[in-house]
Amino acid sequence: MTTEQLTVDRISDTEIVMTRVVDAPRELVWACHTQEEHLRRWWGRGNPLDVEIDFRVGGRYRYVEHADDGNSYAFRGEFLEIEAPHRLVQTFEFEGMPGHVATDSLVLTEEDGRTVLTTTSRFTSKEDLDGMVASGMSDGAQRSYLALDALLRELTA
Amino acid sequence: MADRLSEVFAALADPTRRAILARLTEGEASVNELAAPFPVSLQAISKHLKVLERAGLIARGRDAQWRPCRLDPEPLREVATWMEQYRRFWDERYATLDDYLRDLQAHDEETA
Repeated sequence: MTTEQLTVDRISDTEIVMTRVVDAPRELVWACHTQEEHLRRWWGRGNPLDVEIDFRVGGRYRYVEHADDGNSYAFRGEFLEIEAPHRLVQTFEFEGMPGHVATDSLVLTEEDGRTVLTTTSRFTSKEDLDGMVASGMSDGAQRSYLALDALLRELTA
Repeated sequence: MADRLSEVFAALADPTRRAILARLTEGEASVNELAAPFPVSLQAISKHLKVLERAGLIARGRDAQWRPCRLDPEPLREVATWMEQYRRFWDERYATLDDYLRDLQAHDEETA
């Protein structure tokens, strides 16, 4: 079986969409995203992963990936919407860059026993960022990494 | 307290500054030369140059009369590396999910 391609598309100044197909039914893919025993086995990309998860709307999670370079990378967020087994909205924050909170909406659709995962990441959202990020610099930083491809186009033109 | 990456991102957030960087890929230029294509004052361009300089994206000559600007691509490499990490981060994650789903389903078939 060939490895499926991950596509990353920018759809607006603040949103990107990632699409990936996996060879498994939707219920199973949902379980892999929502249950501690499953998350522990893949989310860390092969690295040991600590999972704290309170899977309910308003509940929070914290995943700590222990990389083989000796560093640990922690991610945290809150579950905003849960519609099993097809839609999950949660915030996502890398503790190494605190304040840069993305809101990820995962949608699962099943086609012939395979599942299409579509994740829309919104990088700036007033309602979610209230009280967390207010500085102009953070705002600029968030807008600008989405503008990076435009820059790279200019620089290589 | 701003980290370097944030400073670079903030500097890149402005289209005039990106255009200045694009111009500098062609070689050194003076402030006057850099300002020419833009309908803004020399002062405004100077402010943009200060932001770029602080972010480490450009370096300026020492000569008081002729202080040419040149591009320092190192911070851009950092940004590009960061973007690549983001992509790889998710790519690896999904690749591991593939393996795991395959294991789970193989196991289901065995026990079915």
